[in-house]
Amino acid sequence: MNDQIDAAENGLSLEARDVAVTFTSRGGAVATALDGVDLSVRSGEIVALVGESGSGKTTLARALAGLQPTTGGEVLVDGEPMGRRGRELKALRRRVQMVLQDPAGALNPRHTVYDSVAEGIRLHGLARGADRTEERMVADALSAAGLRPPERLFLRYPHELSGGQRQRVLIAGALALQPQLLIADEPVSSLDASIRGEVLALLLRLRAELGLGVLVVTHDLGLAWNIADRTAVMYLGRIVEAGPTEELLTNPQHPYTKALLSVVPETDRVEPVVLQGEIPDPTRIPGGCRFHPRCPELASGAAAAAGVDVDCRRALLPVLPASGGCACHLVAARQSVPS
Amino acid sequence: MSDLLRIEDLSVTYATQEGPVPAVRGVTLGVDRGEVLGIAGESGCGKSTLASTILRLQPASATVDGRVLMDGEDVVTMRWGDLRTLRWAGASIVFQGALHSLNAVRRVGQQIAEPIRLHEPGVGDAEVDRRVGELLEQVGLPAARAKAYPHQLSGGQRQRVMIAMALACRPDLVIADEPTTALDVMVQAQVLDVLTTLVREAGLGMIFISHDLAVLAEVSDRIAVMYAGRVVEQGPANLVFTDPLHPYAAALGASFPRVGDPAARYAPAGLAGDPPDLRSLPAGCSFAPRCPRAVDACTAAEPVLELKRPTRAAACIRVGES
Amino acid sequence: MAEAPTLTSRQLVRRRRRAAWSRGWAEFRGNRGGLVGLVVLALFVLIAVGAPLLADRSGLEVTQATGGVLEPPSGEFWLGTDDNGRSVLTLLIWGARISLFVGLMATLISMLIGTVVGLTSGYFGGFVGAALFRVTEWFLAIPFLPLAIVLATVLGRSLLNIVIVIGVTSWAGTALLIRSQVLSIKERAYLERSRALGAGHGHLLRRHVLPNVVPLVFANTTLCVAVAILSETTLSFLGLGDPTRVSWGSMLDDAYSVGAITTGSWWFFVPPGVCVVLVVLSFTLVGQALEAVLNPKLRKR
Repeated sequence: MNDQIDAAENGLSLEARDVAVTFTSRGGAVATALDGVDLSVRSGEIVALVGESGSGKTTLARALAGLQPTTGGEVLVDGEPMGRRGRELKALRRRVQMVLQDPAGALNPRHTVYDSVAEGIRLHGLARGADRTEERMVADALSAAGLRPPERLFLRYPHELSGGQRQRVLIAGALALQPQLLIADEPVSSLDASIRGEVLALLLRLRAELGLGVLVVTHDLGLAWNIADRTAVMYLGRIVEAGPTEELLTNPQHPYTKALLSVVPETDRVEPVVLQGEIPDPTRIPGGCRFHPRCPELASGAAAAAGVDVDCRRALLPVLPASGGCACHLVAARQSVPS
Repeated sequence: MSDLLRIEDLSVTYATQEGPVPAVRGVTLGVDRGEVLGIAGESGCGKSTLASTILRLQPASATVDGRVLMDGEDVVTMRWGDLRTLRWAGASIVFQGALHSLNAVRRVGQQIAEPIRLHEPGVGDAEVDRRVGELLEQVGLPAARAKAYPHQLSGGQRQRVMIAMALACRPDLVIADEPTTALDVMVQAQVLDVLTTLVREAGLGMIFISHDLAVLAEVSDRIAVMYAGRVVEQGPANLVFTDPLHPYAAALGASFPRVGDPAARYAPAGLAGDPPDLRSLPAGCSFAPRCPRAVDACTAAEPVLELKRPTRAAACIRVGES
Repeated sequence: MAEAPTLTSRQLVRRRRRAAWSRGWAEFRGNRGGLVGLVVLALFVLIAVGAPLLADRSGLEVTQATGGVLEPPSGEFWLGTDDNGRSVLTLLIWGARISLFVGLMATLISMLIGTVVGLTSGYFGGFVGAALFRVTEWFLAIPFLPLAIVLATVLGRSLLNIVIVIGVTSWAGTALLIRSQVLSIKERAYLERSRALGAGHGHLLRRHVLPNVVPLVFANTTLCVAVAILSETTLSFLGLGDPTRVSWGSMLDDAYSVGAITTGSWWFFVPPGVCVVLVVLSFTLVGQALEAVLNPKLRKR
């Protein structure tokens, strides 16, 4: 396990700088999945990327993992732009691994657990030397993912495993490459409630024992509260608020974050702000602040009272820096008022 | 009792190649008009089997013992004609995975109209269209959406179409099986709003099935927690959520933390082990292998669901100890 | 891990694979049609392979014919003679060789072209994929017989040319089948995961796409052979086959041109026809049984 400690000491930092991703459909409509995002993740920290479907969070995760080419901005690995050539991307895979959603579909049903976990090892030719046999590495990866004794699962097929076990096999497959950063897309949303805790505890343990950094993409604010050091909230291709988790979730500034928090089901909470409608089509992003058509502050007149309602409708907000903050005209206006 | 639905000691056993699998084991529940009963449980607890058995939709090879009384009549032994009337006009289901239950090649308006045409064949086209429009508006969608195909709607909108479909024949009871599980939290809030408004205004009875105890606490009047085919705790919704008696109910409630609770910070709570294998249940309490409070006595006999407080029942021998 | 003499994972995998094979074989055995087809096929293959042992090759030479013209079956000539006095039985046995050879070879070519085109067009997509798809559709739309006749006429009458003609005109069906299967697999999540692990196209094709495509191809191939044999028979019957070789099709052609039907010389045209039907039917039965074994959804539960 010495390589792991080395990895933690060397560490890795992944940074998105003004990243934009657009998709052009056959009909010519341009869908803007990401419209300028700054985000940084490094080894040893857990960042939660929170948003609803259509927010662009999965696209951002894939862009950071090198699976999605960007149409604007750049992704920096340890300060250097991410190489897009085959060889460079393959080398990146050893440092940044992505665990996909849907554990049931992400494992080839014809491959045994052993084959699935060994796939990465074989692809990169990592099993070299008498004390680094492929079998040893697979067993280690499965153990690190909490599946003990690992040998018992070698010959099982995915359909013979429970949902929680499948998720751990996926994580083991990623760990087998001994990465420095893990990107997990909705790691627990398809699992039963009581299994959730174990998988999340595993992510925390990986951070503590192996020094891994983790970027978790989720729609579940409770998950962010459970394990994340920092949280970023996305809406329609932009990060609207980001910062340390405790601060952000106990004292949210952005109207969208406030609304999201207010509807998380629990018995003692603030008055729920149920937003009308749904996230707009990414081919027709509203002008000005993209949240303004659904913003309760604009609808209630609070924005007008502060004199920013024209800005809300017309003025595009700057991209939030990686250090965090809140992208909202009203919040900015209130902060600039001398106390 | 004037219960709308009364399930008495219901047991459903599937016949499989590996032998009989008891999906539901001796469940007794009741729901009244204007009341929401929440059933909490995870995969394998028997909740979906329970839901389909209420309308006698369980597989033909399954054996059913016990009674399911809808307005006093036993569904299990009902005549076919009465059963057909019951299905959708007496009680309807919003199925799990509703997003995939819509026919992709038919407009949603036609699909909502289908049960109306089946149950009330005399109704004219114009009247059917009007009612479909009304139903869509009841669930918060514009009536014009009836012309859309499922793929043109978002997940939340499709779920609402499923609810509209379930209401098409003005049933007395609606069974919602994990209706918000795959939805975003904001859309979930909208759908929950729709459902609670319906219960209030139309006086429906509702059974709401979910594995998220917090959602159930918001929506239900009473909650029954199921594990391995049996009810392990039952009581008023907010009490079961905030002060659970049964260790499983406690674990389930703790799985989704309260945002802002410092105790949940870096401390995800959950259960070890896997859901029970119904083909080989352990002796005694089926939850004992995973229970943080299990003792030797737990493996002796399956605990009986009995009243531990005036309005609350739990099936655990360790409730009531200090 | 314990040093006890437990099997290595490789050996365990092999054992598991062997178990899967025997399960598949047991499944196949349960399909009566498939078994019958297999037995009949084996019989024909044995006959074709063992032709020199069963009938003297000189029996094919017109100049060495010893029988009379269109003699009915007798003790000496079990199936009678043809219009040149040759034993029909000898012709039948040696004809089996040609028919089966052409059928198998043509299928091989058609399968190769079809698999490559189907894989490329389905997996790579883009301009090349779309262009290949258009070509596939084009070949599907053109009626087989006119195209085959034209090609055969242009290339000339030889065994190799017949194989080429059939191969070149029948690959499109296989290509379409493979392409649609590849398209559906391409979107599966486990391919994306493999890419995330660092896999390139070669690995994806080899480890994930092909194993899912090959069983389908296998089942489809047996059916293709049946069609190829029928095609060869048709082309030979039309007089486009190799004039120096005897096949069941050429026997039918000869029988037709000497008016065997009107003279009632059934022994000349019935046996080759029956043989073609039997072989084609057997291949079809085996193909269907294979499909049932390899596609679990078709299995009777």
